[in-house]
Amino acid sequence: MTDTVHGSPNGPGSASLGLKAKDFKTDQEVRWCPGCGDYAILAAVQGFMPELNIARENVVFLSGIGCSSRFPYYMNTYGMHSIHGRAPAIATGLSTSRPDLKVFVVTGDGDALSIGGNHLIHALRRNVNLTILLFNNRIYGLTKGQYSPTSEQGKITKSTPMGSVDNPFNPVSLALGAEATFVARTLDSDRKHLTSVLRAATAHQGTSLVEIYQNCNIFNDGAFDLLKDADTRGDWIIGLNHGAEIRFGKDNSKAVIRDPATGALSVAEGVAEGDPRVVTHDAHTEDPSYAFALSRLSQPDTRLSPMGVFRDVTRPSYDQLLNNQLDTAKAQAPGDEDALQALLRGKDAWSVH
Amino acid sequence: MSTEVQQLDRVVIRIAGDSGDGMQLTGDRFTQETANFGNDLSTQPNFPAEIRAPAGTLAGVSSFQLHFADHDILTPGDRPDVLVAMNPAALKANLGDLAKGATIIVDTRDFTERALARIGWTSDPITDGTLENFTVHALDLTQLTLDALDGSGLSRKDAGRSKNMYALGLLSWMYSRPTEGTLAFLREKFAKKPEIAEANITAFRAGWNYGETTEAFGVSYEVKPAPLPAGEYRNIAGNLALAYGLIAGAQRAGLPLFLGAYPITPASDILHELSKHKRFGVRTFQAEDEIAGVGAALGASFGGALGVTSSSGPGIALKAETIGLAVSLELPLVIVDVQRGGPSTGLPTKTEQSDLLQAMYGRNGEAPVPVIAPQSPGDCFDAALEAIRIATVYRTPVFLLSDGYIANGSEPWKIPEVGSLQDLSVDFLTEPNGEPGPDGTVTEFLPYLRDPDTLARPWAVPGTPGLEHRVGGIEKADKTGHISYDPDNHEFMVRTRQAKVDGITVPDLVVDDATGDAKVLVLGWGSTYGPIGAAVRRARRAGYSIAQTHLRHLNPFPKNLGQVLASYDKVVIPEMNLGQLALLIRARYLIDAISLTQVRGMPFRAADLADMLQGVLTSDD
Repeated sequence: MTDTVHGSPNGPGSASLGLKAKDFKTDQEVRWCPGCGDYAILAAVQGFMPELNIARENVVFLSGIGCSSRFPYYMNTYGMHSIHGRAPAIATGLSTSRPDLKVFVVTGDGDALSIGGNHLIHALRRNVNLTILLFNNRIYGLTKGQYSPTSEQGKITKSTPMGSVDNPFNPVSLALGAEATFVARTLDSDRKHLTSVLRAATAHQGTSLVEIYQNCNIFNDGAFDLLKDADTRGDWIIGLNHGAEIRFGKDNSKAVIRDPATGALSVAEGVAEGDPRVVTHDAHTEDPSYAFALSRLSQPDTRLSPMGVFRDVTRPSYDQLLNNQLDTAKAQAPGDEDALQALLRGKDAWSVH
Repeated sequence: MSTEVQQLDRVVIRIAGDSGDGMQLTGDRFTQETANFGNDLSTQPNFPAEIRAPAGTLAGVSSFQLHFADHDILTPGDRPDVLVAMNPAALKANLGDLAKGATIIVDTRDFTERALARIGWTSDPITDGTLENFTVHALDLTQLTLDALDGSGLSRKDAGRSKNMYALGLLSWMYSRPTEGTLAFLREKFAKKPEIAEANITAFRAGWNYGETTEAFGVSYEVKPAPLPAGEYRNIAGNLALAYGLIAGAQRAGLPLFLGAYPITPASDILHELSKHKRFGVRTFQAEDEIAGVGAALGASFGGALGVTSSSGPGIALKAETIGLAVSLELPLVIVDVQRGGPSTGLPTKTEQSDLLQAMYGRNGEAPVPVIAPQSPGDCFDAALEAIRIATVYRTPVFLLSDGYIANGSEPWKIPEVGSLQDLSVDFLTEPNGEPGPDGTVTEFLPYLRDPDTLARPWAVPGTPGLEHRVGGIEKADKTGHISYDPDNHEFMVRTRQAKVDGITVPDLVVDDATGDAKVLVLGWGSTYGPIGAAVRRARRAGYSIAQTHLRHLNPFPKNLGQVLASYDKVVIPEMNLGQLALLIRARYLIDAISLTQVRGMPFRAADLADMLQGVLTSDD
């Protein structure tokens, strides 16, 4: 087994494997509802994979349960469609014991944040080498339309006829609270942006969490229309680009500004060029509270949604730390048959003749 | 003065004190001396779930029992011949277990009115006649220890802590134990605190000298070495043997071992032990919960490692869904359940065999899982190897049902030769296995194409070009593994998964029927092996014919089990539950098995079980 190989034998920058998007398609009929945002995400991921330049056999897509979790069946790599909420845990065992693989987790808002919330936060705090694609449609689709942990309060669904009384999670805030080293948000219908976020996420060592706003046209249609309609998106998407001022809106007249007295972030309109209060986005800021403050700008109805990479910092991955310990132990004394015999014998053996 | 040396064939000693008094350590050392001397032995620690219950209370009493003999023995003993009680609570908690005439060595230091009242004694049991049926040595062990350490420079508190070594020294003298091992052990354990090492050694020697020089103990004892089969031995507890079995099995299989686990009594020792052995390629993952522990192990198996999870009953309940996934994925996985008293939190530090039906059936759907059980501490090693064999050959999760009794208990173990252990090497699939195409080349990979003999599917691990495939918990089509809701396919797959487990090769049962004319068969499984064997010996000594056999494989059962059962008029099944194996046997073989059960959190006493067996042997029904 390749238990000492760290990192992928190929990847971006090495000789091209000449893969095409179609190489990542399977012969399985895609069974999402016509018009589902998942189709766009699948196409974007398949389109991006050749650029990643990792041989198909070294890629694994692992998922839980839900509409999004059918994803592995449509990727011609290794894959596992597991059980509800547990994909990050299963992926942790796979990734740590096979550091030569590129492991993706595909999950949804119910899978990752409700039944699997515990596994998600622990994968993030450990910084396991995983790219987690969290399809957030703010509804339970596969069980036909109950509210999810990201549904807005007051939402009327099959299980909440008088409106949901739950306060929702903001997945980006949650991930940053767990001190995730890479957190980004993108939108199913913006292929270019989605691809750029995938590029950054897959280049990251450790856990990268990508929240993908995804439209469920059956049970929660139009949930992200404010961010999609040409008339409104400019006003409500806050584009995040590392090293650039965070400006948006018509003529870039809106901006995220920092209160010089409190350090608090807010959105201001009519901000003049050169205004010193305008924040220049630094995804590498070590302190997660900056990215967290950005994530809190979002309104429950998706107005003022920052999109892009919130945080991208360097910390050793769990896989690396664990495997370094194995390497160190093996370097000190090999675990061969003699060593095993000595272990079994122990210190207090006696002989009977 | 010269003391008389009396020969004994066996002795049961119990050492009891507060949880913080070092009773387990003292017991371990006495055990090691006894092992080095060459006696056969069996041990049973007994401690509360509370880490440090208030000193002097009954809740805080921790004890260690050791049975050693000049012949082979099977249990830690029913009733102690000697009790060492380090305080009033330890005396009170254990008094009821002593046989008449037993010897009691008691530290009188804490026998104050207040301490006695705290545990409900209104007068001093040492002087009020409570102990009149026993031989009592009432000593102020604490003061004797302090006197011995006078001038050591240690505080009274620190010096007093060595009283367990004083007691160990006294016991070592009484039973003529060798002492070099303990002295070396103390020097090594306290290498960084030489003054503590010296204090413990001084206390140990003082205890020994006290026995030799005072007239209080007129007699010392000798238990000759037992004639064990030739070979190299060590003393080993079940959890340690199980951890070693996993390491050895993984090495024989050529697979890296991955343990995913969440701390839980009494299984945590396995996590602790395996975490020390990274040089053997062992990865241990202390997960966020029980579900993640088994999930990570299954993920590792998917990647070509030997995935193992270890837990106890409550944790196993949480893992059920993932074990079902492993049944569906048909990947190797070893699930260690060190059983404890239930239901719910139950008795965390006490033993029980009540997870058998959980292991058999505790999942949704038709989800057969092989189940095996070790029968003694040392046997945990072999059982772990067998679990790995079944898991890897048949590509299936396997339950390994140990329990608190053998997990913490110990016995002499004949050290195996690593090179002579079974070869468990595994072949991953590396080439497509489908039908050849028109040009004669095979490009298709069928992840659920089965081996015709074992019905196992191929193990094709990520990183293998050309074998990219997807697996999942949704029902899969035969051969291709694609999602399938087809009724006929489901019927076929359910029955095939069952047939695979039913067809696992299992050695035939061997029956111990010494006279060949027994009408009654005792059938056991797991840790009751020792008590059943001891009870059967008693019954035979009393003149009865009785046969005994013991199951390692609970699922599938050995092929000859039905025939064995049919050969006897009565089948008796002793279990530490309310009759779980009996239920399976009755359902499967339609025989009216007699279920003898006990759920006291303790193993059967051989005498009690012998009485129960004699009841069956003499009954006309």
